[in-house]
Amino acid sequence: MRRPCLALLAGATVAMTTGTMACKHETHDVRPSSEVSQAGSGVVLSTLFAGGVPSAIAGTLQTSQENAFAMNEGKRLFDAYNCSGCHAHGGGAIGPALMDAKWIYGSAPENVYDTIVEGRPNGMPSFRGKIPDFQVAQLVAYVRSMSGLAGGFWAPGRNDSMQVKPGENTVSTQAPVRAPGAPPP
Amino acid sequence: MMPASGYALAPAGPQAARLAHVFWVFFAVALVVYLVVVALLLLGVLRPGAAAVDEPARLRLVAVGGVLTAFTLIGLLVVSVRGGHELNPMRGAKDVLTVQVIGRQWWWELHYPGTAPDQEVVTANELHVPVGRPVLLQLVSRDVIHSFWVPELHGKRDLIPGHDSTTYIQADRPGVFRGQCAEFCGTQHAQMGFLVIAEPEDSFQRWLAVQRRPAPPQQELGAQARRGQQLFQRGTCVMCHRVAGTQAGATMGPDLTHVASRTTLAAGSLPNVREHLRRWVADAQSVKPGSHMPPTPLSATDQDDLVTYLEALR
Repeated sequence: MRRPCLALLAGATVAMTTGTMACKHETHDVRPSSEVSQAGSGVVLSTLFAGGVPSAIAGTLQTSQENAFAMNEGKRLFDAYNCSGCHAHGGGAIGPALMDAKWIYGSAPENVYDTIVEGRPNGMPSFRGKIPDFQVAQLVAYVRSMSGLAGGFWAPGRNDSMQVKPGENTVSTQAPVRAPGAPPP
Repeated sequence: MMPASGYALAPAGPQAARLAHVFWVFFAVALVVYLVVVALLLLGVLRPGAAAVDEPARLRLVAVGGVLTAFTLIGLLVVSVRGGHELNPMRGAKDVLTVQVIGRQWWWELHYPGTAPDQEVVTANELHVPVGRPVLLQLVSRDVIHSFWVPELHGKRDLIPGHDSTTYIQADRPGVFRGQCAEFCGTQHAQMGFLVIAEPEDSFQRWLAVQRRPAPPQQELGAQARRGQQLFQRGTCVMCHRVAGTQAGATMGPDLTHVASRTTLAAGSLPNVREHLRRWVADAQSVKPGSHMPPTPLSATDQDDLVTYLEALR
């Protein structure tokens, strides 16, 4: 009677220890470096870019795509910076919808970063100098989560204010397709 | 202008006075009960058998004790319920000043409505009230639940998103009272303070008149402040802050039209002096980690210009 109990206890201890070790805490960077706090305010020497994204921000742009805090901050900023003013809550109005599979200028994080920082023809303004780079990265992560490109694991589950649509974590992944009239890649 | 201690038993308003009264009645009664119980206990320990009585007498003693306890508790209930009923003596009062208080993570936005839209005063973290006049607070939250608490004036009142609530306060003597968010609301809950500045009616009206003015026009600024304004409007500041009378009109962060006239920065976290302003602008995360103010990396000259501009916003 006693031996199975002990074995069970030992088993549970081992399971809990390994379980805790396996649990990976995501990093929550509240004090971004001054490199990624720049708002892309450097002098633009040319309007032609080879890669687009400056190397200083590339790392942050990548890690923000798999980080729940970054994505939720992106969701907050999406309203704070009035992206909703044109894109509504992703449904599109003056600007194109963001919750569908269609992408005009590409769905990769680098493409979306460029869209925000450089602006795009027919209305999308350039936010160069206005939004710190690490926040642009957070916005990129959130915008991609709207069509399920971020994966349900990190995407926000609820809205802070009135529930106008289900949380982004319930959106099924929609394979990006090129919107009609998109420029050749 | 140092704020008072935030001591609820040094009331400066009618409601806090009633709360303090209820507290002292409860304290006095509890003290008497405590002393009686300890005295009887000591008697029992030191002189065992001193109160030895027969069975019927013991039952009588228990009954008397029970009745006394019931009467004490009912008396306290009456004091408590009456205190609660009298807590809003200003309900329906005339000549009420209305102020809208909006809880934000982690600061307080204050609106003093005017007769016309351009007469409205928007400020932050510093609630000016005239002495002896009831103030109706309309409490709103933009994000999570906060709680408005100025111990010298009133008890706590929650600000609940989607559910507007109101409360009255009144300061019976001039002074500076520290308020604090009293409902855990996130990382910087502890640094979500504010000041209530109670002053005589005429100096309150003077303050209100100054706050109604827009920011000084560009031609009245010095060369350095003018450069600072350009940095403000060209950079990230303009995305969140408003300076009335300029192109900056965002409402995500505190209104900065008269930021230099306020005594504290970052919701009561720092005294508002140049050094702190510079530190807050450059690296707010070193003061309030997790707050929504991003760092602003600028060269030393640019920083100087920007801070000079902010200091010109009196």
